[in-house]
Amino acid sequence: MNGDYPEISFEDRIGLVDFRVGERAHITVDGDSCRGCTTRACVVACPANLFVPTSDGGILFNYEQCFECGTCYMVCNTEGAITWTYPDGGEGVVFRRS
Amino acid sequence: MRDARPDVDVIVVGAGPAGSAAAISAARAGLDVVLLERGPFPGSKNMYGGVIYGRILDGLVPNWWEEAPIQRWVTRRSTMLMTGSQALTVDFRSATWGEPPYNGATAYRPDFDNWLAGKATDAGATLLCSTTAVGLIREGHRVVGVRTDRPDGDLRARVVIAADGVNSFLAKEAGLYTHTGAENFTLGVKETLALPKDVIDERFGVRGNHGVDIEILGCTDGIPGGGFLYTNLDTVALGLVLHLPELAAQSKRPEELIAQLKRHAAIAPLIEGGEVKEYSAHVIPEAGWSMMPELSCDGMLVAGDAAAMCLAAGIWLEGVNFAIGAGQAAGQAAAEAIRLGDTSVAGLSGYRRRIDRTFVLADHRKLARIPHLVMNERTQRQYPQMVANIVERIFTVTNPLPKPGFNRIVASEVKAAGVKVTDLVRDGWTGLRGFG
Repeated sequence: MNGDYPEISFEDRIGLVDFRVGERAHITVDGDSCRGCTTRACVVACPANLFVPTSDGGILFNYEQCFECGTCYMVCNTEGAITWTYPDGGEGVVFRRS
Repeated sequence: MRDARPDVDVIVVGAGPAGSAAAISAARAGLDVVLLERGPFPGSKNMYGGVIYGRILDGLVPNWWEEAPIQRWVTRRSTMLMTGSQALTVDFRSATWGEPPYNGATAYRPDFDNWLAGKATDAGATLLCSTTAVGLIREGHRVVGVRTDRPDGDLRARVVIAADGVNSFLAKEAGLYTHTGAENFTLGVKETLALPKDVIDERFGVRGNHGVDIEILGCTDGIPGGGFLYTNLDTVALGLVLHLPELAAQSKRPEELIAQLKRHAAIAPLIEGGEVKEYSAHVIPEAGWSMMPELSCDGMLVAGDAAAMCLAAGIWLEGVNFAIGAGQAAGQAAAEAIRLGDTSVAGLSGYRRRIDRTFVLADHRKLARIPHLVMNERTQRQYPQMVANIVERIFTVTNPLPKPGFNRIVASEVKAAGVKVTDLVRDGWTGLRGFG
């Protein structure tokens, strides 16, 4: 029993959360700054898994299913790589049973 | 500058526990109060790791327990030391905690925070949801209002109370928040798992609306932090708190670390069959006293997570109560300052004076060294392993060999865990000074 606990896919997991996606990207990532980065702290730490490394050494970022927690800009050590603001009023994550 | 006169007496930014408590006390003092919330309703952006301790509510909402939307009253509090294959639990129950006025409760923050914000509107505050404060309006060093993302969204006030959460861009913009390095913060991640109420009652050994809060040390795969498992009415919440620098420096993602905890022999039987209903995350100001910002400037006060008031002191993990205590004091201090016509730092000093003598700052000051003690490598890895091994040795029957004495077991396990006696003494002393 202990070994085979059924785990849901990340897509299903994040699909359970209510996001009201705004038109403005509240977080932007400067791909050029990321190209020289070797730590890639955001890729492992972002709980919403929004940072995806690309084959050319950059980072692909999607703001839509974001918890607005702040982890990414806090762990990032490349000045100016991540520009972080809150989504516009009423938009973004809506927790229900947290 | 369109109109330099204040639109209202007080703008409270953020309708979490700190902001709503501030709005309640300011509105009850007769002030014109606007409470801004960037989510579509109060609590919609908020999550936490388990328990709301309600004593601070007694003075704000008499008999609050008769109406607050709680899930279960915590009557069982456990602390678990975990290693890969072991778990040692200290489990405490109190019948008193299951009766009014109660001690702590689990709740869904969207329900609880929304309820508390309702008390602010009852008191006469105006709640504006779906409104993000995007910056401060300042005259010189003085804060005179906030810019919002509404059309013509500038709002001016005599006092701004920044209760805008752990990322507090307002406190940062005002230059108050300087300890912003990742080492001061943890990431909290949580799964809300649905189980039938009677299954929860049976597995956790509780009845009715009584519940359990389990805090776990040693379950974070070497990343400084901890875990928690607590009961709601028909869900349980399982989560981790992970120190940001070490989380970022290793290769396991947060949800993988949760999955690992779910497979542990001490946890798996408790949550088996639980269907994930929600996944949530939030950053926590972990370092307490040592990271606290300046709490005021001319025209502005800072309260709650925005002022790093979360208490992460090992056996005590609290935050909502600190936010409410600080917010209440901020609202009162704003009212006092406005009445006396001085909303400068000096005029607003009643805030600091009020929280200095209550738990809000007294507990943080006293426990200033504890967050670092809890997060060090020894507390995180060596001590749980050492203690678990000692207990395993004590209860493992080694017939036909005679039982070894405790002294021998302890001495050999201290050595095996690589614990230096000098570190043990120093950490013990730090703990005694903090907790004593």
